[in-house]
Amino acid sequence: MRALTWHGKHDVRVDTVDDPEIVNPRDAIIRITSTAICGSDLHLYDGYIPTMQKGDILGHEFMGEVVETGSGSTLRKGQRVVIPFTIACGSCFHCSKQQYSGCENGNPADNQDIGMELYGHPMAALFGYSHLTGGYAGGQAEYARIPFSDVGPIVIPDGIEDDKVLFLSDILPTGWMAAENADIEPGDTIAVWGCGPVGLFAIQSAFLMGAERVIAIDHFPHRLELARGFGAETINFEETRTYEALMEMTGGIGPDAVIDAVGLEAHGFFVDNVIDQIKASTFLGTDRPHAIRQAIVACRKGGRVSMPAVYGGLADKFPLGALMEKGLTLKTGQTHVQRYLPALLQAVLEDKIDTTFLISHRLPLEQAPDGYRLFHDEQNEATKIVLKPGMETV
Amino acid sequence: MDDAQSRRENDAPLYTAKHDDAPRLLASDKGSNVIGCTVTIARQREELYTYWRDFSNLPRFMDNVVRVDLLDERRSRWVVKAPAGTVEWDSEIVDERDGEFIEWTSVAGADVPNSGRIEFRDAPGDRGTFVTAIIDYDPPAGMIGKLIAKMFQREPAIQARRDLRRFKQLMETGEIATAARNRRQYEEETA
Repeated sequence: MRALTWHGKHDVRVDTVDDPEIVNPRDAIIRITSTAICGSDLHLYDGYIPTMQKGDILGHEFMGEVVETGSGSTLRKGQRVVIPFTIACGSCFHCSKQQYSGCENGNPADNQDIGMELYGHPMAALFGYSHLTGGYAGGQAEYARIPFSDVGPIVIPDGIEDDKVLFLSDILPTGWMAAENADIEPGDTIAVWGCGPVGLFAIQSAFLMGAERVIAIDHFPHRLELARGFGAETINFEETRTYEALMEMTGGIGPDAVIDAVGLEAHGFFVDNVIDQIKASTFLGTDRPHAIRQAIVACRKGGRVSMPAVYGGLADKFPLGALMEKGLTLKTGQTHVQRYLPALLQAVLEDKIDTTFLISHRLPLEQAPDGYRLFHDEQNEATKIVLKPGMETV
Repeated sequence: MDDAQSRRENDAPLYTAKHDDAPRLLASDKGSNVIGCTVTIARQREELYTYWRDFSNLPRFMDNVVRVDLLDERRSRWVVKAPAGTVEWDSEIVDERDGEFIEWTSVAGADVPNSGRIEFRDAPGDRGTFVTAIIDYDPPAGMIGKLIAKMFQREPAIQARRDLRRFKQLMETGEIATAARNRRQYEEETA
């Protein structure tokens, strides 16, 4: 089959590789029809994530059609399914608590030691995201092997186009969980740092959960415009003193909950030395940690801090005092995708949540390397790139 | 072990001691290295014990173990991967209680004298079973011994932890996680 493979920094290629097969009884094989490039894929592209190997197949936001099933799969050939980016067994302690991104049974045992060293516990398995999270082949390919296919994939009714449901795989549930972690009460004002895909979905979710106002903070005009389209008020942090603006806009109280959706994946999975290296080589290093610090300082007393943004190492100058003295609650974590899928599919089918607005480009799989370059270099315009393995090359 | 434990005002397992006196406290005559590891498995104690007690099942999740031949009710022959081929030894059950624990020791002349205990205890609440492996082994002397020791000492604690995790995966999900994309890759990885 054809697949997008990683070969090093800024070097991804579409190669011919071995087809996937059923290996374990609960596996299924799907033929991929749509597969997106995620912001976090760019950090693999930039070479920041360790434990990558040449030839690894990338991609963790994908869907397709079932073409083969193992004896323990409950799927049927021909069904269309969206695949959660988290690989979860459904039967361990964490899965029984619906903490699917804590599942310990998807990551091969030999790969679990690194997580123990870094974080004290093994990490769950993810598709296409380094060997730290299992080394599973991703979905930017014609086919993929899906472990635990009896509990992960969600079946999509016929007649619903891919673009409407594709983001159930990662960013929609991630935005939803970000809002859920903000414990929103009626009348609340929620401030969201970052209007990328996760931030924009968090804004929509916050309103659905009863927020009266959402204040969106970014510096890309196009993204702020999208946020305003969903009813958010906006702050452009390049033009405005964000803390003062938030205090004024909330009558001196501060937002009831704050959501950091800026995304620190680029600094992820590392300890402080690599973060320092990034800080030295780019401006982002000093800019981005600023978001979580600012969010904590702006949050009202007794308020909630939700942190969907991915952090991987150690933080400098974390405002622990503000967290304690103001009595804040902090919630975070990788998304428990499987927990949210049935309700979110329903919300999409009832047009309560719109996801298609995000897609700026659709490309054939063969042009995936162009897609990476575009997404990497043109962040204001390229909001989301979806690869279509069957599409004619133009 | 129980006596040594009860003399202390510290409930932590002996093998987590900062000082290297665990073997002495365990009153072992076999080994000089004691490792221990516990996993929680969401299954009943009896089910896990029964699967483990049939030693011929163990190579399914123990990476280093090629084969276990059952010689009689208490004795078994272990064929274990080594840097140059395999090593073998006979092992004997010295004590056991149904659904609770098994204690074994290698018989005289083993290349890697070892003994240990596998325990199955009810976990709190409805979490299933705590499975604890405690292994006491003596790295062998001599050239071949050094090679074997290298394999064994690679990180015996890590090896035990990985084996227990695979046991957990097998018992909880019916399969052992692999990232192999197809059967050829899987066979290469598990060879």
